[in-house]
Amino acid sequence: MSTPSSSVSGAPKISAQRVRALFATMSRIRAFEEAAERAAREGLITGAAHLSIGQEAVAAGICGNLRLTDLITSTHRGHGHTIAKGASAEAMMRELFGRAGGTSDGKGGSMHIADFSVGMLGANGIVAAGIPIAAGAAQAKRLLGEDAVVACFFGDGAVNRGPFLEGLNWARIYDLPVLFVCEDNRYAARTRSGDMTGGSGPVARAESLGVPAHPIDGNDVMAVDGLAGHLVEVMRAGGGPQFIHAKTYRQRGHTVADPGTWRPADEIANFLEHDPMTIARQFLIDSGVAPAELDAIALEAQQEMADAYDIAAAAPWPEDSLAVTDVQDIGGPAWG
Amino acid sequence: MGVITYKEASCLALAEEMRRDPTVWALGEDVADGGVFGQYVGLRDEFGPQRIVSTPISEATIMGAAVGAAMVGTRPVVELRFADFALCAMDEMVNQAAKARYMFGGQTRVPVVIRQPVGMWRSSAAQHSQSLEAWYVHMPGFVVLAPSTPADNRGLLKSAIRCDDPVIFMEHKDSWDLEGEVPDASEETVPIGRARVARSGNDLTVVTWSGAVQVAQEAADAATEKGVSIEIVDLRSLWPWDKEAVFASVEKTRRLVVLHEAVKVCGFGAEVAATVSETLGDRLVAPVSRLGAPRIPIPYAPPLEDLCRVRVADVMNTVEEMGI
Repeated sequence: MSTPSSSVSGAPKISAQRVRALFATMSRIRAFEEAAERAAREGLITGAAHLSIGQEAVAAGICGNLRLTDLITSTHRGHGHTIAKGASAEAMMRELFGRAGGTSDGKGGSMHIADFSVGMLGANGIVAAGIPIAAGAAQAKRLLGEDAVVACFFGDGAVNRGPFLEGLNWARIYDLPVLFVCEDNRYAARTRSGDMTGGSGPVARAESLGVPAHPIDGNDVMAVDGLAGHLVEVMRAGGGPQFIHAKTYRQRGHTVADPGTWRPADEIANFLEHDPMTIARQFLIDSGVAPAELDAIALEAQQEMADAYDIAAAAPWPEDSLAVTDVQDIGGPAWG
Repeated sequence: MGVITYKEASCLALAEEMRRDPTVWALGEDVADGGVFGQYVGLRDEFGPQRIVSTPISEATIMGAAVGAAMVGTRPVVELRFADFALCAMDEMVNQAAKARYMFGGQTRVPVVIRQPVGMWRSSAAQHSQSLEAWYVHMPGFVVLAPSTPADNRGLLKSAIRCDDPVIFMEHKDSWDLEGEVPDASEETVPIGRARVARSGNDLTVVTWSGAVQVAQEAADAATEKGVSIEIVDLRSLWPWDKEAVFASVEKTRRLVVLHEAVKVCGFGAEVAATVSETLGDRLVAPVSRLGAPRIPIPYAPPLEDLCRVRVADVMNTVEEMGI
């Protein structure tokens, strides 16, 4: 099994230009989530929304190493992954608001955000459900003779569901190019996942199934990018599945309705200091990038999401007729 | 083609569709070795291990992987071995396969066939005998098929593979060796949503499907001896179901019995009975009657298992009660 240090030891030093691009993606995710949080408070998001504030480096660092033709599956906390894979923030915001022009015509909402045009095969309201889907997508791409890597995001709670074991085993026995990304934000809903997970945790579980596993600081986008870049290369060369245990922190509660203040105050404070935006920003400043330039990137992201917010808020509801489309070709829809 | 078995018919259908369309593939436990009932015999030799894929005993991932594979452009045929085992993949069927197209706003399709052999067969007991078709009919997104003859098994499996919707495909385990004529032309399919009048009659309509069609046939023979003429409508397709064919038959006979192997309570027969009563109630000369299994787990001992089966005598009693 390779470790993060050994796997990235030969990698070239990351350029400031690359980190700048990752920082821009992270800024867009942060701004999107903050806009969504505001929208939820103002009643514009009627359903549940799970924010990824604090976890931006994982989405940006992984997806920054994928091609448009590569695929991802995501979770109920999937806005960041979707933005990082290249979806339109405006269409996403419309979807969260349940409005016309949303990524899924307003029929899915936050938990079913998806953009197949950029290889984003859907967030999922069922924990761990994306794991088998990712494996099957990789298998199908191979059958079709298409070169594609699939990144499969899931949380720390997912390692206690059956599809985790089944899906990792599946990817191993068929040698599928699936990058399993366990985005460990420490909490499964409101419960510390460590208290609910036997054994030594996600890395040991993945390794027990023959999948090389790599722990990493998920708040350090430079580290995530370096590791992901290396692993994607290994997978493209036919190396089979890989596993990343990205340790990060959910700065907010489980949903926008949950302030998350039930967690230890010192834990929250520690992680706010270890914020992925701050870490990336500091790296860039140390590399000679002017702070004003970084402020401008953040401001541009905030402006983009404020515009998306305004457009979504002004957008009409979906046509009623859409309620009965895309159920099925044969035999639908019907009241009996 | 001539006469082949129900099992051979399904194998033939899959082979024909795999020859026609390189994106069709099959996955499930033991399929590379011919499948648990021999319904995949020879396919791995012709199509190779990338398209006839034996899998671990991982029903959730067999089904979930098929969803992912279907969403990105292939047509997986999932073998779940026994309909009872499909329950280990309920999330992947109901929350994923049946919903993906809708909840993603039509960005994708899930053209997957989900084969799950049903029914009582050789003392298979409580976890290998169930007929749960009504569960799937209840679920928006699914097409539900339950062929009873070799010709329909071949023709409907071909239609199922070509369909862009997720299809629950229920073969009856007691029918594998049933023989019947199938058409020569490999292009011939059976359309989804059309019933088959398995026998013409004038006094009473029996609507049925899957293994219960055989019971209906035997009952119709017995009734003929008593001068009663039974028309049998084999639905074949449970969703969508052929209301027009059922209505036409009931308009003629003005009596309806719905007969199925599944538990009678909340079985799909209840839907057929209610729909006919709502639509043709004033045309009926007797109340609609339903025949199905008692609401008990299916027992092992043959005499006890038999108590779960609708028998010819049950149909004959019903005929009598209807005043024919």
